[in-house]
Amino acid sequence: MNHDAGDLFGLFLHFLVLSLLAVGGAITTVPDMHRYIVVEHHWLTDAQFTASIALAQAAPGPNLLFVAVLGWNIAGALGMLATMTGILVPSTVLSLWVTRWGAQRRETRGVRAFTSGLTPLTLGLLLSTGWVLAEPYLRNPAHRWGALALIAVSIVAMLRTRLSPMWLVALGSAAGALGWV
Amino acid sequence: MTAPLGGAGAAPASLRELFLAFNRLALQGFGGVLPVAQRELVERHRWLTKDEFVEMLAISQVMPGPNVVNLALIFGDRAFGTRGALVALCGMLLAPLAVVLALTVLYVQFDRYPAVTGALRGMGAVAAGLILSTGLKLLVTLRRNVMGLPLCLGLAGLTVLGTAWLRLPLVWVIAGLGSIAIAIAWNRLKP
Repeated sequence: MNHDAGDLFGLFLHFLVLSLLAVGGAITTVPDMHRYIVVEHHWLTDAQFTASIALAQAAPGPNLLFVAVLGWNIAGALGMLATMTGILVPSTVLSLWVTRWGAQRRETRGVRAFTSGLTPLTLGLLLSTGWVLAEPYLRNPAHRWGALALIAVSIVAMLRTRLSPMWLVALGSAAGALGWV
Repeated sequence: MTAPLGGAGAAPASLRELFLAFNRLALQGFGGVLPVAQRELVERHRWLTKDEFVEMLAISQVMPGPNVVNLALIFGDRAFGTRGALVALCGMLLAPLAVVLALTVLYVQFDRYPAVTGALRGMGAVAAGLILSTGLKLLVTLRRNVMGLPLCLGLAGLTVLGTAWLRLPLVWVIAGLGSIAIAIAWNRLKP
């Protein structure tokens, strides 16, 4: 995969914008990353995109690291630099600036309208992210039922038990390695 | 700059201690760092009371950017100013980044083995389930929203429709639907 400086800069700019839109976490911007990277630019296939996120999810650490894996899989170390600085710098600067400025202003009407207004969108984006990640498996008849079973088991376990997500990730990898998915 | 951390009475003694603490909690976080962060910062180190933790988390969630990253920034900033914020951030990201890149490189070597791609596919399905369950779990918080539950669910539904189905750019959805929602909330919050 060869990418010129223009591609890398475009990638950087796109993640720069996503950083500021990521109210509710970087994971909520996955549908838009997918649109940009897979649908629009064909830099990764559907399978590569989902695999990148699954790898980051399987490893310890903040979920945000899927951004590094995406960048790495698109264009190696430079790609990773582009996506990670893009996603981190604007939100970091803004977070520090705003928390210092507004620690006591949290109860004002403006701030409350902002949070209450955006909460439903944040939750919608989480569900949308789950859908975008699940869809490639569900579309493929060979993987559909196994994947659906794993998704259902994970949802039920998370809602009904206090099982650590780590065990579910382990279960998923075992089921997949045995060829059930 | 070095505002006292209040209630809990303790604070990281040095930048080194801050770095190691965040490094440690990030490396324990399989499938999400937040629960580990709570256990380490509140229960083990006692650098924050439960209430302080919840307050910091609320701020982290309002700010754009990953929640746990914002949490690290805000905590580090309160303890040691800008340097503290950057040290906590690096502590949280560097070691896990090395691990995940090593995994990525390994995966590319072994991706012709069906067991390996199968395992990753299984983990991917679980990852999708984990995210869906987080979204579902948090839907109950909408009951306390000033806009009321039906309107909130409608907005959430439109967001799913716009981003997952119509694949509209996120900027449009947030700028369009988001400003309408903020305007409605602003109206309902009339003093």
